[in-house]
Order: sequence, then C-alpha cells, then structure tokens
Amino acid sequence: MFNFFWRKKKSTFTGGIILDGHKQVTKINTPQLPKELIYPLFLTSDRYTKACVKVGDYVKKGQVIAIADSLLSTPIHAASSGIISSIEKRLIAHPSGLADDCIILQTDGLDSALEAEPCLDYRQQSRDFLRKKIHQAGIVGLGGAAFPTAKKLSGSPAIHTLIINAAECEPYISCDESLAIASAKEIIQGSLIIQHILQASLCIIAIEDSKPDAYLALLFAAKETDIKIQKVPSIYPTGGEKQLIQVLSGEQIPPQKLVFEYGYICQNIATSFAVYQAVLLGIPLTERVITVTGAGIKQAQNIQAKIGTPIKDLVQFCQGYTEHAQQLIMGGPMMGIALASDEIAVIKASNCLLIEPIKASAIQPCIRCGDCAKVCPSELLPQQLYWYSRSQQWDNCTDYNLADCIECGCCDVVCPSKIPLVQSFRIAKSEISQQQKQAEQAALAKKRFENQQQRKLRIEQEKAVLLEKRKATIEKMKAAAAQRKLN
Amino acid sequence: MQFPTSCSPFTPSNNTVQRMMLYVIAALIPAIGTLFWFFGFSILIQLFLASCTAILAESLCLYARKRSVLPSLLDGSALLTAFLIAMAIPSIAPWWVVVTGTLFSILIAKHAYGGLGYNPFNPAMVGYVFLLISFPLQMTIWQSPLLFLDLNSALTVIFLEPTSIDGLSSATTLDYTKTQLHLGQSINSIQQHAIFGFIADKNKEFINLAYLIGGLFLLKQKIIHWAIPTAVILGIMLPASITYSMDSSIYPSPLFHLASGATLCAAFFIATDPVTASSGTKGHLIYGFLIGSLIYCIRTWGGYPDAVAFAVLLANLTAPTIDYYLKGKKTIAPLAKEYTRNNGSNLEVGALASPDPVRD
Amino acid sequence: MLFLCLVFALLGLLLGFAHKKLKIKNDPLVEQINNLLPQTQCGQCNYIGCRPYAEAIAKNEADINQCPPNGEAGIIALANLLGKEAKPLNPEFGEQKAPAVAFIIEQDCIGCVKCIPPCPVDAILGAAKQMHTVIASECTGCELCISPCPVDCIIMRPIEKTANHWQWTQDV
Repeated sequence: MFNFFWRKKKSTFTGGIILDGHKQVTKINTPQLPKELIYPLFLTSDRYTKACVKVGDYVKKGQVIAIADSLLSTPIHAASSGIISSIEKRLIAHPSGLADDCIILQTDGLDSALEAEPCLDYRQQSRDFLRKKIHQAGIVGLGGAAFPTAKKLSGSPAIHTLIINAAECEPYISCDESLAIASAKEIIQGSLIIQHILQASLCIIAIEDSKPDAYLALLFAAKETDIKIQKVPSIYPTGGEKQLIQVLSGEQIPPQKLVFEYGYICQNIATSFAVYQAVLLGIPLTERVITVTGAGIKQAQNIQAKIGTPIKDLVQFCQGYTEHAQQLIMGGPMMGIALASDEIAVIKASNCLLIEPIKASAIQPCIRCGDCAKVCPSELLPQQLYWYSRSQQWDNCTDYNLADCIECGCCDVVCPSKIPLVQSFRIAKSEISQQQKQAEQAALAKKRFENQQQRKLRIEQEKAVLLEKRKATIEKMKAAAAQRKLN
Repeated sequence: MQFPTSCSPFTPSNNTVQRMMLYVIAALIPAIGTLFWFFGFSILIQLFLASCTAILAESLCLYARKRSVLPSLLDGSALLTAFLIAMAIPSIAPWWVVVTGTLFSILIAKHAYGGLGYNPFNPAMVGYVFLLISFPLQMTIWQSPLLFLDLNSALTVIFLEPTSIDGLSSATTLDYTKTQLHLGQSINSIQQHAIFGFIADKNKEFINLAYLIGGLFLLKQKIIHWAIPTAVILGIMLPASITYSMDSSIYPSPLFHLASGATLCAAFFIATDPVTASSGTKGHLIYGFLIGSLIYCIRTWGGYPDAVAFAVLLANLTAPTIDYYLKGKKTIAPLAKEYTRNNGSNLEVGALASPDPVRD
Repeated sequence: MLFLCLVFALLGLLLGFAHKKLKIKNDPLVEQINNLLPQTQCGQCNYIGCRPYAEAIAKNEADINQCPPNGEAGIIALANLLGKEAKPLNPEFGEQKAPAVAFIIEQDCIGCVKCIPPCPVDAILGAAKQMHTVIASECTGCELCISPCPVDCIIMRPIEKTANHWQWTQDV
C-alpha cells in the first residue's frame, strides 16, 4: 500500500564510475585496550564541545567527558575507565593538519563501565524522549559526515521514506558490510526505532549488489518487519544521498535543495546500529567498526575500535606497516582525507584507515575531452568550473552550481590530464564561503558604525535643543528682570 | 610515523592523454595498411618524414617555451598530427611539402596558441589548408590507385621530383566528377570512367572503409563519442539524399559522398579532436552536423573538390559560440549558505538545514 | 507623411516607456564605493570612517589607494568601478596587516572608559571603575582604542588559525 512513492522501474543516476572494490570483508576483531584515548573537542565545521571534566578526574566507561551546547554538537563519552591526564593541543583528524584542544584519557585497564539504562519498549516512550536519548548517547552519522543524528531526526517536514544507507560505494571500505553480516538483527531494530521516530511509512535498506552475504543477512533479519532490503547497482557514488534516492525512487532532487524537503532521510547503517545500542541497551556511542586496509598494512581487517584510539595502536594490531606505507588516509580513497601522522586518534566519523603507496602523476593541460562532465553525478560541468575557479571567477562558479559538487572525485579519476579538479573546487568553495563571511562582517561593522554616527548626531541635536531651551529661559529671565527694573 | 598530506581522491586512474592519443594512432593502422596496399612505400615515407619533423619541431617548441620536453612529447599529440597530415596529402607530394606542412601545424597552429589544449584550430587541418593554398599544384596531383610504388621509386618520386612518370598520377573521383559536371556530363556517364570502383575511387572507397573500422574501434574503446561522427555523416547524407532524389543525373549519390575524399577520416579522426570541438552531446551533434553539411556544400557548390579541411576549420571557429549558447542555460540560485564538507564514503549531504520547528 | 509621423511618434513613446521601465536601478556612487571598502572604520585614510572616505573618493577629493586594510585587491576593485588606473597602496597611510582583533588584558585594566568612545562599532563593553572587555566577533581591528589607553592594556591579537576556519589551499 505504502509503495506509492516506490517505482518498480530500475533507475539510476547520471554519471558515476565503476571502481575496483578491493574489499576484504573480515570478521570484526577487537584489539586490546589502548594506553591512551584522545578526544578532540572540535567536531566538524563550526561545531565544538565543552570539556566537563578536569585534569586528574577519574572517569568510567560511558561517562560524559564533554558536553554539547546545542543539538548541532554532540557529547563525548569516555570509551574506557581511567584518569584524565591532560587537556592539551594534539593533532586532530582534520584535513587542515592543525592541532586542537583534546581531552587525554589514561586508561587503567579495568574498563569499568557506568550502569546502562536499558529501555525495554521504545514504543512506550515519546518520540522527543527517544531523540533526546539519541542525542545524549552522542550519536552522529557514522558514514563519514558526522552530522548529529538527533538533529537530523528532528525539525523536518513530514518524512515518508527512511533510507538506511548500506551501499558503501567507496572501494576498500567494508566496515558496514561486516557489521551487517555480524549484527543484522540489531541493525533492523535500530532502523525500526528511527522509522518510529520519523513516523515514516517506508523504510528501505539499500545495499550494493556486490555484497550478497550482507544482503542475505539483512533480508533474513528483516523477515518479520516491513523493512525493504533493496539491492542497488555498484556504481560509485551510489552511496551519495541524492544519487541513492534517485536509484531507489527515480525522483531527482534538484540542485540547491535538501533531500528532507522532499520527504526523504538517509541514515548510515552503522548509525542504525548505534541507535539500537543507545535506545534499547542504553549504551552511548564509544566504539565503532573501522576498516584498516591498503597495500601499506600487513593484515587488513575490520576492527571494533574504541573512539579515541590512536591510529598507531590500530596499525600495531594489524601487524604494522609494509614498505608500501606512504600515505595515511582516513575514509575511502575517493573522498577520504590524508592525515599527517599516526599519532592522531580515530573519531566517530572514521570508517576506514587506508594506508597506501603514493602514485603521483604530472598534470597536463586540459584537452576538453568532456569525460568529467559525463561522470559527474551532480550533472555539473567540471571542466567549466575548473576554468572559473582557476581564474577566480567566483560568481561564475556559483552560477554553475559549484555548491552542488559533492566532491566525490569521479572527475579527477577519469581526467586523462590528471588535473586536480576536486582540489580546485574545494579551494573555490572555501574562498566563496570566506568571502561571504567577510561580507557579512563588513555589513555588520557598517551597520554598527552608522548606528553610532546616528546616535552621536542625535546626542548632538539633543544638546543643541537643550542649549536653545536654556538660552531661551535665560533670555526670558533677563527680559523679566529688565521688566521688573523698569517697573 | 609521519605522512605527507594531499587532497582526495587518492585513486590513480589509468586514463591518460598518452593512452588516448596512442589509441587513435592505433586506430589509424587499418587505413595505413590500405594506403600501403594501394600506393606502396610512398605513404610510409610520408609518414616517416612527417613524424620526424613533428617530433623535432615539438621538442624545439617545448624547449623554447621552457616546458619539460619529455612528458609533453610522449603524450603523442604531435605524432598524431603528423600522421593525419601525412595521410591527408597526396602520397607522391615532394618531401618539402610534408615537412613544411608539419612544421606549420606544430609551430603555428599548435604552439603559437599555447600548445596542446589551447589550440583553437585542428593543427593537422591548418597545416593541410596552408599547403593547399601555398602549393596548389603539388597538392592536387594524386597518386594513381593502379600504381604500387616500391621503395626505390617512392624515394625517387618524393626526393628527386622527376618531371613525369607514366601513369603516376590520376584525378580523384571528386575532382573528375566536378570538372565533368561543369562540362555538362551526367553522373551516369561520368561514373563509367576507369578511376571509379564500386561507389567512388577504386582506392578511396577501401580507405574510407578502413577509417570506418578504425573509428568503430575508437567508439568501442570510448575514446571518441558517438555524436560527432554520426552528426558528420548525417550532415553529408541528408543534403546529399535530398538533392540526389531531386535529380540523380547531376547530383552524385549520398554513398558516393561517403566513400570518396576524406569523409570518414574527417568523421572519426579529425572532427572528434576534443580540443577543437564543442562539448556536450548537443554541442557535438551541432558541431558534427555543421562539418558534414559544410563538406557537402563546398563539394557541390564550392571551388575545391574536397572540403574536409575547410569545413573542419570553419566549425572550429564556431565551437566556442556553440558552447557559449548551450551552456548559457545556467540556473542561477543562491549559494546554499551551509554545506557540509563530506569526508566519508556515504555522503550525508544536505542534513544541514535551517532549524525548523519540531513538528510533533 | 502622416503615417510616418504616427510611426515615429509611437516609436518615441516606446523608447520613452522603455527608458522608464528598463532603467537600471543604480546605487548612488557613494554607496557603491562604500560597499567596496572593508568597513573597518579605522580612519587610516584620514577620514573618520569608511563612508566619509567613500564620499571623498566620489567627489574626487581623495585617491583610491589610501585604505591599507583593503589591500591590492580592494584598490583594483575600486579602480574597476571608477574606471581609473589601479596603483599601489600609498605607504603614507600605513601597510596592510594580518587580520587581528583587540584584546584587553583584564588584570591591567583600570576601568577608565577612555577606550570606549573611540571605538567606531561600539565593540567595547565597560563602565567606570569596571573591567572592560572587547566583543571579539564585532571588533574590526581598527586599533583606534590602543592609543587612548593610559595603562597600555589593549593589545592586538592576530586571529588564530583553527580547524573551524581553515581553508583548502593550493599546497595541501
């Protein structure tokens, strides 16, 4: 009945490329407890948390160590018990390669946890309560963008379709796939909770057709529910929100529009699992599955890692580096970020650590072959945008919908001239947003200056009026005195 | 352990300019073979001369422009230009014709405009037109399809320029048809001449077939896009069919147009040069159709027997305009104020929105 | 003849109408110039704020290269707007500096309120005998509050490079 929005016709998005999978699905292994856990207070974009522990405090596993000041940021929980040894600047997992304030937790090896507050029947609870619980558990989108889940599940127009994204379209990454095989039941439970919160009539789990084991596991687990498990073609980037919606429903979300305005919400499959743990078991988000892989690592595997674990500990658990270890990438090879050091700790958004050799190639001039436009999943003209961003014509960049670029990297991969397109788009986007900020600031300063000028003018005028009045009174009194004299 | 940082994506691609150029050169092999079959060693000598000149000129230009010589030389674009010129000119043209033509292509048409990727006109065609205008005599004496030149006689013809060898040259069908039509002959009687094979020239119809085979290979390898060749062929066939159906005694058949001259070479190898063509499928169709119809118009009513080079150059001239008008339809929308910088595989874009009131 | 007259009259009317209807709404020149200025209100140009400087440029009383915070790019933008030749910044008026905000070293502040009136954007909070503070998000970095301070407790702090306002650049 509620397949109203569902088109049977198999559709796909424009563009995209087929990439070699390189996926090694292993069972999820748990490493030993790291000596030190590192929690950066900076989340993503403009979002920060505030430390609520002092140096020397003893914290238990699951205890909040940094609080969120709004729905746009999320609290951080200790992943193990121990003592807060310091709050200091450390390198963080961010493309800037900058250091920022981090809470350092010295683990004591006991791993003693706070008592969890399980919730037996979530359907008895109000939806606000469930959202709050998700927020308090510190859950963010675990696909890589790390957007707060509670925020995503709130404040939306009516949602008709919840899409659980298990596409995992980037090469090398297999954490979602192995999680789906290991914990399909829990994922289905989590998805049902999210569907309940959203009151969505339809819930689809989308998975690439190259993952038959995970597909079957999910299909089996979802047997008694209304959740649909749908295979999607393995074309990168099917996992993109708009691309996935187009594949599933045939509906194309226009540029500059957000998917929830059209009644869709996408959630990562690992987020579903985290929601299940948070709501039904009362366990906050302190661990996640991370794929450690690449030619630079001796034993590629999926790891149940505590968030805050330094990367070098995970590498050590994978038997260390090979001679090919030349770059360290957090995320997949298409959209990941290169990290400067393995002292950096994994964060909630880390789904994969890829250690690879560097394959550099010389940049050649553009021969206008147009392949970039053919593969662009957002139907942009990368070649045109490249010229505009190189010649700093920001207005033209905006007009050609640069903001719609999802930085998927397809254009870079097919470019025969090896032009770093995504990089130039990122620079252009940075520049445009910077200019916007400056313009806003200038407008504010201008307004405040004008206000001050007006105030000064007003005070001046008031003074003049007062002076006038006083003069008039004096004149009057003088006149009166003269009158009296006369009399 | 420390690592260098760079910007994503980190996936190396196997597609290179060099690969594309080498595929195009490889696709020319059937045509070269056919040319050799009909003409003998003369075509090989032309190819050799053009290649050497092109590589020398390219290295010199790159050196003078202070660019790294080897990587740009290895991209194969100069070699491709040389091959196209050598195959386009008459195979018995003297050695200095091909050398000056190639030099002009590389020095003026390519590097004076900024090298690969910046040239507005197809270098090979600029070189060809330059030769056609400067040396009209040498450029219109075509080797007879009935004469296979061995190495010795080919060398003699190209380097020593003997005044005459019996049966060395003959007219092309395009040329012959044109002059005979002027003399009031009908197509039927014209086509009785010995130079005609099944449809057009005894040799050109097979050479065009070889170009077609090479072109199909390129299409299959996705080096070229289907739209340009299709549109070029349509651009010739459409007016040809109309005029042919109106009066078949003075207008040759559409198949004749396809099989004669350099039609299919233009469709698959020259018009498809991405640097000088317009972009996008629509742009390709318009651009290709323009080339095709220009070829037909110049052949039928113009002063030159074949018209590929002129048609391509005229279309090159219009390519930026076509692009401009096709891309003019941009949607002007304000930049979304907030956008997430996506770092992961599953792009949770768009989640950032202005906080709406909670609905429940 | 009559017909021609009629046609011309109609055309004239059409032109007049088009002129009215399609007239490009132009900001007054002063406003356009002011929009290109950085709005730091620092007075380094020898005018008391950006707007007075804009008025002076519009009247041709001041040159376009008197605004240090605006830098090269700003001068070029002004030159383009006014159809003038771009020229380098006049060093008489100062040099372009890295963006910074004022900061009051609070333990040294004596609460004299002398820094409050010079601030062009009212970004300093404070009352007599009370500690003062700068609203960093509203400070334009004009440095006008530095010299009035009798105890030199106001310093300029360069805007820190942190991850939240980091930008992609060519050399990542």
